[in-house]
Amino acid sequence: MDTPGSAEQMQDDEPKDIAERPQWDNQLQYVLTCIGFTVGLGSVWRFPYLCQTYGGGAFLIPYFIALVFEGLPLLHIELAIGQRLRMGSIGVWNSISPYMGGLGVASLAVSFLISLFYNMIIAWILWYLFHSFQSPLPWRDCPINLNHTGYVSECEKATAVNYFWYRETLNITPNIETSGSFQWWLVLCLATAWCLVYICFIRGIETIGKAIYVTVSFPYLVLTIFLIKSLTLPGATDGLIYLFTPDWETLKNPDVWLDASTQIFFSMCLGFGGLIAFSSYSVQKNNCERDALIVGFMNTFTSIYASIPIFAILGFKANENFNKCRNWNILRLTNSFNIGNENITLENYDDWFNHFNHTDPSEVKSLNLKTCNLQTFLDESASGTGLAFIVFTEAVIHMPGSQVWAVLFFIMLFSLGLSSMFGNLEGILTPLLDLNIIPAWIPKEVLTGLICLTSFTVALIFTLGSGNYWLGIFNNYVGSMPLLIIAFFEIISVVYIYGINRFNDDIEWMTGKRPNIYWQATWRFISPLMLLVVCVAYVVVTAEKRPTYNAWNPDYVNFPLADVQPYPEWVYAICVLLSVLPIVSIPLVAFYRFMGFFKKYIMDRNNPNPYQKE
Amino acid sequence: MEDVVPLLLLLLCVSSAAAQLCAPDASNGYKVRLSLLTALGDEAYVWNDSEMFLFRAAMAFAMRTADGQNYNVSNVLVCDETPRVSFWFVVTSPLNSSLLVERRQVEEAVRKSRNRINSAFLLTDNTLEFLGIPPTLVAPTPPSSPPWLIVFGVVMGAVGAGIVLVLGTSVMQSRREKKKAQTGFEEGEEESRAEGNGAASDSVYNLSFSDDDRLTQM
Repeated sequence: MDTPGSAEQMQDDEPKDIAERPQWDNQLQYVLTCIGFTVGLGSVWRFPYLCQTYGGGAFLIPYFIALVFEGLPLLHIELAIGQRLRMGSIGVWNSISPYMGGLGVASLAVSFLISLFYNMIIAWILWYLFHSFQSPLPWRDCPINLNHTGYVSECEKATAVNYFWYRETLNITPNIETSGSFQWWLVLCLATAWCLVYICFIRGIETIGKAIYVTVSFPYLVLTIFLIKSLTLPGATDGLIYLFTPDWETLKNPDVWLDASTQIFFSMCLGFGGLIAFSSYSVQKNNCERDALIVGFMNTFTSIYASIPIFAILGFKANENFNKCRNWNILRLTNSFNIGNENITLENYDDWFNHFNHTDPSEVKSLNLKTCNLQTFLDESASGTGLAFIVFTEAVIHMPGSQVWAVLFFIMLFSLGLSSMFGNLEGILTPLLDLNIIPAWIPKEVLTGLICLTSFTVALIFTLGSGNYWLGIFNNYVGSMPLLIIAFFEIISVVYIYGINRFNDDIEWMTGKRPNIYWQATWRFISPLMLLVVCVAYVVVTAEKRPTYNAWNPDYVNFPLADVQPYPEWVYAICVLLSVLPIVSIPLVAFYRFMGFFKKYIMDRNNPNPYQKE
Repeated sequence: MEDVVPLLLLLLCVSSAAAQLCAPDASNGYKVRLSLLTALGDEAYVWNDSEMFLFRAAMAFAMRTADGQNYNVSNVLVCDETPRVSFWFVVTSPLNSSLLVERRQVEEAVRKSRNRINSAFLLTDNTLEFLGIPPTLVAPTPPSSPPWLIVFGVVMGAVGAGIVLVLGTSVMQSRREKKKAQTGFEEGEEESRAEGNGAASDSVYNLSFSDDDRLTQM
């Protein structure tokens, strides 16, 4: 039961109590910042990959179900509690229940760990951006070896694009045990990335709010440009058909449902504490339900909107490779049988081939002609850094005016990553400010600078030769399990410990209407149940097989195929530690509070205080 | 009549000798392959005897440049022409027309004058192929300073200037506020102190006062 009187009194007290708390300039800034936080690199390079792997259009069904029953309810909760209690994640969970204070600490830890490796990805994007101002693009050609007799052998076996990524950018070691040294160029790019982040983050939401107008709108502009351009490229329709053709069989595979749930989850950035931080700077009387719906749907819309040009361009690239393969065959036939130059074309290739197969089959066999299959080239897609830095860069080489497209693409990725970094960092800054452990004489600029400096220093491990392997570990183990567990406890805390009725009253006070049956049903039963199932399924799926990673080993027998290596024991221990450390604070804090309560109870029993209410 | 027969025989011998000198897979010969349509598209010329003559002249020129001896068009023998266009050629020594020049010497000559031979036909290393003589790869000249460092420098310079600017404005702002707080508002300070129960000067939302009833069970 809530007393409206006390709530209104709080409202009046606000200007005096919380006079110092910063506020958004306007509601648009707040909504744009939330959209920018949730729409990140994953929308561009993970969603299209999942769509394509799991049967195209059919994947949208589990995705929408996960959005409606898992994503939106959790999003609404985070925005509502931040707005109501006006504190960062630690303060909010302490208010809801002192035993659940550990949730805030867990969110803080997860945000910190994620911002470490996320900015490294931005550093890589900057590296590629800096290199896009050259003609020809440096990843187009293999470098020539020392005695000018041919190309560098590692590059010849793999492709020029792969060589540029693995050797010239990462200078990657053959396995994770070999650490290599710090790559000075990556250190420079990482420093640039942190400086760029710092200048936007320097005064918290004051400066973020200004930067967000650019970083959120720019990607949409670039995506539209790419959309128009990519649809004019040959082979674009092949890519789009491939992406969207629904394969209903995949719906029977439980992996699809698990991946859809986790994708919605990570893509909405739930459990980071960033959304709670953003909404805590908002005005209290704000329609958080509308905001949650807007953010949720914009996130999904952007993912789908981004996958169209991505797949059109991938279709174009597959088409180019397919034609190259066939032209190679044509040249082999032409040279071997000495037919006139360009008498054999792509169209009449089959006729000529059959003719020669009839007349001289042994000769044709000795040519080792390749079987060119468009489907194989279309299947060569990738997700994550592979999509951006290998597949897409290769496609860009074939497009006329490559530099322009490369620059646009990498600036777009940079904006997407930057706006997500704001959320990560606010998830660190706001709880720290609310904890009041920072002395007041330290200005906010110095505090944000210290956060950036510390993160930069720790993130230097990603600039080592083995940095990419460590980034993969962080990505898989920090950015997955802990978030699922945090979110599960979040929804349980709000619905059952804080009380769903009290929460409904708060929302009614803030927005003017009580949440409808959809929210009630999802908050009370459907979402917690779904989260529990996803959590358990995720643990089971990851625990059942020995984790391996793909190493880039030039001495490997089947190079350039990936050398699949298992993690050594000490690395595996670190993986487990990374998953467990953030969430260990949840039971620890609960236990600590309980001990405090217990001690107090014992003391009160022994020394009864007549003034205290029983 | 009697003079003709030995002449004919001689011609036959010479031609057969020539035919023996130049043959496909000859040990001292090279196969040449041209891709005119690929290189020139619509502007491709037709390969005929005159073009072949030009080739033989170009080869003779290359041999002269490499060797110094007086090679002639007649020293370059061509055979096995195909519609591809491809053919084999050998080079005979100017001193002895039945003696073939060594493979390596021919290769050296071709490498030395490759550019000139290519330009004579408006072709490139890829479209005028000497099978067995790979083109020497031209290493791209590395620029004096890597272009990416220039872009990096520009970006870092701008960011650094921005950071200094922002920090500078915030320092100035805090100095201005300090001055304002010192000069005026001394009465105002006392007022707000009495009003806000001590909560005004804190920037902390005082939990213990207003949120208490939220935490206790009702």
